[in-house]
Amino acid sequence: MEWLESARETFRRDQVWNFMLPEEVHVDVSKEVILYVEDLSVSFDGFKAINNLNLYINDGELRCLIGANGAGKTTLMDIITGKTKPDSGSVWFGQTHNLLEHDEAAIAHMGIGRKFQKPTVFEAHSVYTNLELSLKTNKGVLQTLFARLSTKQKQRIDEVLETIGLTEQQHMEAGSLSHGQKQWLEIGMLLASDSRLLLVDEPVAGMTAEETEKTAELLKSLAGKHTVVVVEHDMEFVRSIARTVTVLHQGSVLAEGTMDEIQRNKDVIEVYLGEEHADQAGAA
Amino acid sequence: MTIMSSLLSNQLFKRSGEPGAVVAPFVGLLIIVTLFASVGNLAFSETSIFYVSTYTITLLGKYLCYAMLALAVDIVWGYCGILSLGHAAFFALGGYGMGMYLMRQIGDRGVYGNPLLPDFMVFLNWQELPWYWQGFDNFGFAMLMALAVPGLLAFVFGWLAFRSRVTGVYLSIMTQALTYALMLAFFRNEMGFGGNNGLTDFKDILGFNLQSDTTRVALLATTAFMLSVTLLLSQAIMKSRFGKVIIAVRDTESRSRFLGYRTERYKVWLFVYSAVIAAIAGALYVPQIGIINPGEFTPINSIEVVIWVAIGGRGTLIGAVLGALLVNYAKTRLTAIFPEAWLFALGALFVLVTLFLPKGLFGLFGSLKNKLVSSKTSSTAEEVA
Repeated sequence: MEWLESARETFRRDQVWNFMLPEEVHVDVSKEVILYVEDLSVSFDGFKAINNLNLYINDGELRCLIGANGAGKTTLMDIITGKTKPDSGSVWFGQTHNLLEHDEAAIAHMGIGRKFQKPTVFEAHSVYTNLELSLKTNKGVLQTLFARLSTKQKQRIDEVLETIGLTEQQHMEAGSLSHGQKQWLEIGMLLASDSRLLLVDEPVAGMTAEETEKTAELLKSLAGKHTVVVVEHDMEFVRSIARTVTVLHQGSVLAEGTMDEIQRNKDVIEVYLGEEHADQAGAA
Repeated sequence: MTIMSSLLSNQLFKRSGEPGAVVAPFVGLLIIVTLFASVGNLAFSETSIFYVSTYTITLLGKYLCYAMLALAVDIVWGYCGILSLGHAAFFALGGYGMGMYLMRQIGDRGVYGNPLLPDFMVFLNWQELPWYWQGFDNFGFAMLMALAVPGLLAFVFGWLAFRSRVTGVYLSIMTQALTYALMLAFFRNEMGFGGNNGLTDFKDILGFNLQSDTTRVALLATTAFMLSVTLLLSQAIMKSRFGKVIIAVRDTESRSRFLGYRTERYKVWLFVYSAVIAAIAGALYVPQIGIINPGEFTPINSIEVVIWVAIGGRGTLIGAVLGALLVNYAKTRLTAIFPEAWLFALGALFVLVTLFLPKGLFGLFGSLKNKLVSSKTSSTAEEVA
């Protein structure tokens, strides 16, 4: 009866067969840098959205990108995630993956997750289903058609629900959540996907002070295990989470450093507050 | 208590909104009605009150074919937001596949008595059978072609369109152009599909006389069976994670893409599945109606299907089927009384449904049921309080 035992073991319903599992993607971070953006340029109808931009993100870091509207923050994210192709330059994920050669789905599969500026969740689905669809699984058509949730995956969803505080709302339609809750759900979707690099566009827009604080805690706790890049306008929020801040201006990097360094930087003050203030700061 | 009640209402809400929650009862009803109609036609004499005329049997079969076509449109439109205004093309291609088989079955009983060529080819002075007519004597091969050709067309069209990320109204116009182009092509005599007149004068199917009551009843039963199978299969697909991804693609395609789903592949396969259902409907339609001609490709037909789905309620499977049955029954009735008014009535119905019932008639039943349930639960909650 040994064969029966082994057959039972093979067809256990709480597990996923190995060949159904997603292929592991190895990201080479031996130089401690996970994202290389070099000499990047892109223009739309003559307008240079990104102009010779260089940016290096270290593995496990929490980086904030700030900059005025039109500084190229969202365009940069579009390029990293494969939505927009640049005119020139290179973007590498680790040492071995050239992101410019891949489309959105392949890049997501490598482990780059993205949260949009406007919260984008599957409104017709329940919160639970939203997370189910985000899980790190094989996302081929046939595999998805016959997919079932394993016990491990269910645990993972419950964990994420706990983290984002939506356990009670798990059966609610995502469309009926509040704005802040949708933001959280979208962050939860990134968590469920176990992405290595998280690109988070304006995570606290439309959140109350309390929610903002909780989000800051969450993002800080993610750094280390994940690499997090946050785009944000809320300076208080940036100050509360960031160790390193990069300022973008007119499509290229204006300054980089800690928040205090940035606030003392003459160029930044000039761009943000005008020349008078820069002179004053220089005099003081 | 509040958690309990919210859980309860969530549960209820979920159930009523669940697509195809009533598929199984509907399939049961469909089988019972088909059974009654069949027995009524075959076992009772014409004087009995249980007698069902052969005309009614054929009419029922026709409606069920339309219902299957509506189901096909609902699958792509209601669930994935692909508004196809060319689904009649797949329906007609399936019909032509069946028509070619039926033409070959005529043999030498045609007007010209040519054992090798169908009448229209003799009329055009053709000497031999074109290569693409070869093999259509074989029922299995003909059916395979009737499904494979529309499926392949849907695959190629979908692959090109979805890979280039054509969506919305542009896609609708392209589907419309597709069916229009096919119509013009099939109108040409040189195409070898009977041109203007199409294929007709069928005699037998699988050796059974097409005019006999038994064959008619068998065709109706087959149609009812195929509709049931496609309904149940579609429900299973829509409940799977694949179906969830399809709905996700409908709502925010870019989000699904950034999660790692290759949305174009999902859309292509859904489109192919839908086209094959439409082709099955077409193949079953032709032997019951007795003719297939290029008129089936007209864009108006495709648009009419969309109206059935909108009226019934899209994204519900059953809604589309009910919409098709209801509108076609109304059409049969109204065109008998007052033929000129039909298109106006259809147009008015479409406008009214779009304005006042965005979820269609099926959605109306759903919301009425919800209201009843919620008023009940709230009253019990008050009692408890």
